[in-house]
Amino acid sequence: MNNGKTTWLFAAVLSVIAVLAVDRAVFAEYGDVVINNYSDAAEMRPVVFPHWFHRIRFRCKVCHADLGFQFKAGGNEINMLKIIDGEYCGACHNGDLAWSVENCDLCHSAKPGTPTQVHESTLQKLLMPVAAPKPAAQ
Amino acid sequence: MKLQSRVMRFAGVGLVLCIVGSSVPIHDAMAQGNDPNAFNRLMAPKSSRNPPPAEDGIHDPGSPGTASLQPPRLAFDALPKTNSGNYVDWNKSLQDTKIAPRYDRLDPDAQPVIMDLNIVREVKGSMPNVVYPHKQHTEWLDCSNCHPAIFIPQKGANQISMAEILLGRKCGVCHGKVAFPVAECRRCHSQPKTPAATAQ
Repeated sequence: MNNGKTTWLFAAVLSVIAVLAVDRAVFAEYGDVVINNYSDAAEMRPVVFPHWFHRIRFRCKVCHADLGFQFKAGGNEINMLKIIDGEYCGACHNGDLAWSVENCDLCHSAKPGTPTQVHESTLQKLLMPVAAPKPAAQ
Repeated sequence: MKLQSRVMRFAGVGLVLCIVGSSVPIHDAMAQGNDPNAFNRLMAPKSSRNPPPAEDGIHDPGSPGTASLQPPRLAFDALPKTNSGNYVDWNKSLQDTKIAPRYDRLDPDAQPVIMDLNIVREVKGSMPNVVYPHKQHTEWLDCSNCHPAIFIPQKGANQISMAEILLGRKCGVCHGKVAFPVAECRRCHSQPKTPAATAQ
């Protein structure tokens, strides 16, 4: 009987290790923004916006002054209609300057259920330390 | 008895899966053997920096688009390094023209309007004073990005604290998200106080 308790305890410890291992497995780039304003509800994967990729090509000013992106993850009410109309991402992702909107999976590439956040940000580390998708939403 | 052995077998398989799943940290621990200094829960090993999208933990490896995305290391290998953030020195990359990001969406020749003005902020604590360089900021940004919403362009009009910055306000609107992280204290707190000033 005592032995049985030990095995269950062993199994419980293992599951805790497994959860920790999942957390350790998040190593996304500093500044990667996950945007999940509407994606989960629309049964699309959330969007990952890689800041590093874009800052190699454009200075901050182009998106944050000229195109009107607020300095806040999820703070811009971006939807596909606006993008197709040439606003926000659509100012470049129009098939002319950058690839266009039919390449859904290039942006909508996050694990389903991943919350809106700036990866590796101070706020994420202080207030929302779990970067992995919420288990309930998976 | 039967139940126990089944549980044990399940636990054993679980342990093997855990080892395989977290191979990077465990491999490091094994390499370090009995090193009493091996425990470091908060620092990721260097080998796990800048992983390809499919292994970064937020991209869905099952998404058809994920494999088409550029792995960061392909871009970063040619750029000068730092010890935090993307582990890339973005300002040096720009100065040394390793990158040439556009200042205008359509015009590749548009040049930024550079303002070369340092603002020194004397800080109350024992940290060195803050030197804020407009030059590096105007390389990337437009005046309207910061003024007047985040910083009132007037001497003495802005109350700034580390608490606010940590919460993502003031400097923390960019630093600690995209621009170099807040842990890089000395890149801002860079002007030593004079001995006389410290004694007062």
